[in-house]
Amino acid sequence: MQHTSTQDTLVGLFVAAGIAGLFFLSFQVSNLSSFTQKETYTVTARFENSGGLKVKSPVSAAGVKIGQVSSISFDPKTYQSVVVMQIEAQYDTLPDDTTASVFTAGLLGEQYVSLDPGGSDTFLKNNGNIDITQPAIILEKAIGQFLFKAASEEKSE
Amino acid sequence: MIQFLQNLGKSTRSSFTKLGRGTFFLLQTLSGIPSVLLRPRLLLNQLYSVGVLSFLIITISGLFVGMVLGLQGYYILSDFGAEATLGVMVAASLVRELGPVVSALLFAGRAGSALTAEIGLMKATEQLSGMEMMAVDPVKRIISPRFLAGCLSMPLLTALFSAIGVIGGQLIGSGLLGVDEGAYWSQMQASIDFQDDIINGVIKSFVFGWVTSWIALFEGYDAIPTSEGVSRATTRTVVNSAFSILGLDFILTALMFGDN
Repeated sequence: MQHTSTQDTLVGLFVAAGIAGLFFLSFQVSNLSSFTQKETYTVTARFENSGGLKVKSPVSAAGVKIGQVSSISFDPKTYQSVVVMQIEAQYDTLPDDTTASVFTAGLLGEQYVSLDPGGSDTFLKNNGNIDITQPAIILEKAIGQFLFKAASEEKSE
Repeated sequence: MIQFLQNLGKSTRSSFTKLGRGTFFLLQTLSGIPSVLLRPRLLLNQLYSVGVLSFLIITISGLFVGMVLGLQGYYILSDFGAEATLGVMVAASLVRELGPVVSALLFAGRAGSALTAEIGLMKATEQLSGMEMMAVDPVKRIISPRFLAGCLSMPLLTALFSAIGVIGGQLIGSGLLGVDEGAYWSQMQASIDFQDDIINGVIKSFVFGWVTSWIALFEGYDAIPTSEGVSRATTRTVVNSAFSILGLDFILTALMFGDN
């Protein structure tokens, strides 16, 4: 067995290296660094169809991420999808006639909520509602409509 | 026929007896842990022989596993033009599965077998009964510090393994094969979740460390005190640890990642 103080140093180095590894995994590999608890406020939007939107999907305005989706549920009375979003408190100047749309990042990317500010002077408040929404574009539906349209145009010619 | 049934009954009964002894042994070990905390020097010595001496094999294996993942992942992903997600693939497979499992298997081979041989030899040379004669509880003095050291070093070793693997994947991926370095890290950070992936990986490695140390110490403590008995116990340690690690990994994965 080695001299005790060298052994102590080696054990210390080992523990330090292990903890450094854990820190590396937490901050460099995982999303912990971007996931700091920021102050948020809640906004609800109702969509005809929320497509492939998931909890934790990003909410963005002008392409910048300003919040995330915190829950998605189905309203059995209006047959709509109720999407609750947490928006960072520093972005509290969204007009109350903001339009919410579900878009896809790239052709096959993940879906996100895009907010387009309107021109109203009053702002959205905590637990506010977004009234103007655009449903997600379902690719199959769009292709189907396109083919149908092309076929009917061919017929009329 | 009767002979066969008798043997079957005997072996079933003896395996249950062994499981019972093992559980009793585990409880004894756990009850000895408070007294280890009063003598941190014992724990430190064991952390050295269990943890520090496994450091090299774990880091080198981690580096190579990460590099292989980088290569293989690149060849597969580049068929789809998705090289940018190489980081996600390397990190997810390391943090969730390969890190805990491979480092636990290495740990069982490197440290577990050594523990069994050490305890078995102590028993064969009657050092354990000698301690009892001197009114020193061998479980408290010998077993518990080793058990605690195993449980503590395993998560640290796994974290090192995964971290070095991710770096190895990056060395191959962006150093050799030309994956964009920024994409490697940013895609990884976007997809790996702290709670779902990192914490679950740590929990897994802690469970594996627990089980491996338990099996290794019990096999040593329970070994037939001859040189052949010790050699058999060492073999059983490695075999049983490997089975338990892989089986438990399946169960833990089903529990942790089931609802995603």
